Amino acid sequence: MTNSSDVPRTPPRKSATFDDYTLAEIRRAAATGIYDIRGAGAKRRVPHFDDLLFLGASISRYPLEGYREKCGTDVVLGSRFAKKPIHLRIPITIAGMSFGSLSGNAKEALGRGASAMGTSTTTGDGGMTPEERGHSKTLVYQYLPSRYGMNPDDLRRADAIEVVIGQGAKPGGGGMLLGQKISPRVAGMRTLPEGIDQRSACRHPDWTGPDDLEIKIEELREITDWEKPIYVKVGAARPYYDTALSVKSGADVVVLDGMQGGTAATQEVFIENVGLPILSAIRPAVQALQDLGMHRKVQLIVSGGIRNGADVAKALALGADAVSIGTAALVALGDNNPVFEDEYRALGTTSGAYDDWHEGRDPAGITTQDPELSQRLDPVEAGRRLANYLAVLTLEAQTIARACGKSHVHNLEPEDLVALTVEAAAMARVPLAGTEWIPGLTGTF
Amino acid sequence: MSAASEPAIANIDHVTTTLIDLETETVRGLNAALHGLSRDNSQGSWRILNPRGRHAIVAGLDAPVKIDVAGNVGYYCAGMNKQAHVIVHGNAGVGVAENMMSGFVHVKGDASQAAGATAHGGTLVIDGNASARCGISMKGIDIVVKGSIGHMSAFMGQAGTLTVLGDTGEALGDSLYEPHIYVRGTVASLGADCILKTMRDEHKAELFEKLKSAGIDGQVDVSDFKRYGSARTLYHFHIDNASSY
Repeated sequence: MTNSSDVPRTPPRKSATFDDYTLAEIRRAAATGIYDIRGAGAKRRVPHFDDLLFLGASISRYPLEGYREKCGTDVVLGSRFAKKPIHLRIPITIAGMSFGSLSGNAKEALGRGASAMGTSTTTGDGGMTPEERGHSKTLVYQYLPSRYGMNPDDLRRADAIEVVIGQGAKPGGGGMLLGQKISPRVAGMRTLPEGIDQRSACRHPDWTGPDDLEIKIEELREITDWEKPIYVKVGAARPYYDTALSVKSGADVVVLDGMQGGTAATQEVFIENVGLPILSAIRPAVQALQDLGMHRKVQLIVSGGIRNGADVAKALALGADAVSIGTAALVALGDNNPVFEDEYRALGTTSGAYDDWHEGRDPAGITTQDPELSQRLDPVEAGRRLANYLAVLTLEAQTIARACGKSHVHNLEPEDLVALTVEAAAMARVPLAGTEWIPGLTGTF
Repeated sequence: MSAASEPAIANIDHVTTTLIDLETETVRGLNAALHGLSRDNSQGSWRILNPRGRHAIVAGLDAPVKIDVAGNVGYYCAGMNKQAHVIVHGNAGVGVAENMMSGFVHVKGDASQAAGATAHGGTLVIDGNASARCGISMKGIDIVVKGSIGHMSAFMGQAGTLTVLGDTGEALGDSLYEPHIYVRGTVASLGADCILKTMRDEHKAELFEKLKSAGIDGQVDVSDFKRYGSARTLYHFHIDNASSY
């Protein structure tokens, strides 16, 4: 007989469904009775630009000399109706982030960095600060459901107006700014009592649906004498129809934000389970523009997980006119910098994972209203880092474009791309590498 | 109710009246002309003929000017108004005086949804009824409605006053912050966190001033009104309030 101690034992096996993170979240929910709120975008793995490759030039394609031949990067936004479209030197813009969610120094740094590279930055929920306007050569003013701080003077001071319908981290969701960040100045700008947990509406108070939106845009144009480009920003949810309806409503520019796009504070369950990866949203949006004969006439800006020049180039190749960065811009400023590791540990996290942006205790002084923490961020130095980063993104995108034989980054096209996975091939509507198969479009492997 | 007398308008020269007929002039042309007016001194009176429900009429003004609109207007009439005194001799569509900053807008007829939405200042007077979401997200405006208002009025309102001589629809003042709501008639129901509050002397004085600014002081008794405001129980998120969210 075999001694029981001699029986081989299988190692303890943890559930793939109930993994350690899931178990911890169940325990946390049971202990607190409230859902988890955090900043940043989706952290789950989703099909992304990493799943695409450029083919580069070969016998049938003629490359451009990397350090000699010109490869343009400029973009004009708002050429459809606006008397004064904006002209950016690079096709990479800074996404909307509010003063309130970010410190004043962080907003100033974003303006400095963007202006140095000839691109735009964007306000957020809570209105426009003089510092932000002063340090941003080109400033896009968001028109949000909450209308916090909204006024016609700032509307006219802006270079463009972005009507925000939704954002990728939370399509269909409103905003929240918890009391820790409602400082006297933030409260004053938003006409709210100091220190309360502030809610931002999820839908606009005075219009519903695309027919109303058309009239709303008409009003904004009237107030600004038809000078300003008007963007419509949507979270990636139904990109074909949302793009088509934005065009129908009179938008000059459509901004499409994927689920990897960041937020200042939203429920974890919302961030990870609502909306589309940006990779899957670009082609339907471009298709809508093409079907309406408006591709390149109404510009498309895409965002959500843009990290490097390859991402920029891939987004443009799929048909976007420009991209927008938020999380990456904050990292360039200094967010999640390992030099603050001891402080991240004290907050129960680690650099690279810190996402409790809503709590206002950011060691890097970016997502905070605490005066002491805010002072840690030098807006001049941080702005320089952002400018450097934007320059690298641009150079990288140009490098790829030249290798594909393009004299302007906008000449990149889907034909330059293949996909590494079946999913990415289907979403980006480019062939699976080594095949001519585009799942959903071509029938043969 | 007797017709209200128009409140006195300060700093406006009533001698010169400019006539604009929207049968021959575009709204864009009208607004561009008005946007060209000086912000700093009286810009006389304007009379707009044949508005015929067009949208964004006299939107974005910033001048001490009196404007009479002779008929019905569409969406967003006097949107984001500053300084101007606008009288609509008819009904108003969605969002009349939305996001107004200052000035005075008087609708002689009824107003559609979202009247005075998100407005930061100024006074909006509606002689007739206002539809749903009157004063939604209001941020400092004073609204006086001589008739009744629809449901979800003052939803997420932040500051200002909403005075209703008639009745209100359901969910009045839902998720309210700090506006003061005065109602003379019946309230169909109160929204989350909105409660009946004591009408103290300071509130009667405030109400009297709002009625005076609407030109109807002395015509109604402030003692006939009840005051509603925020219970402030939802100012900080707490799971025990989940059923209210």
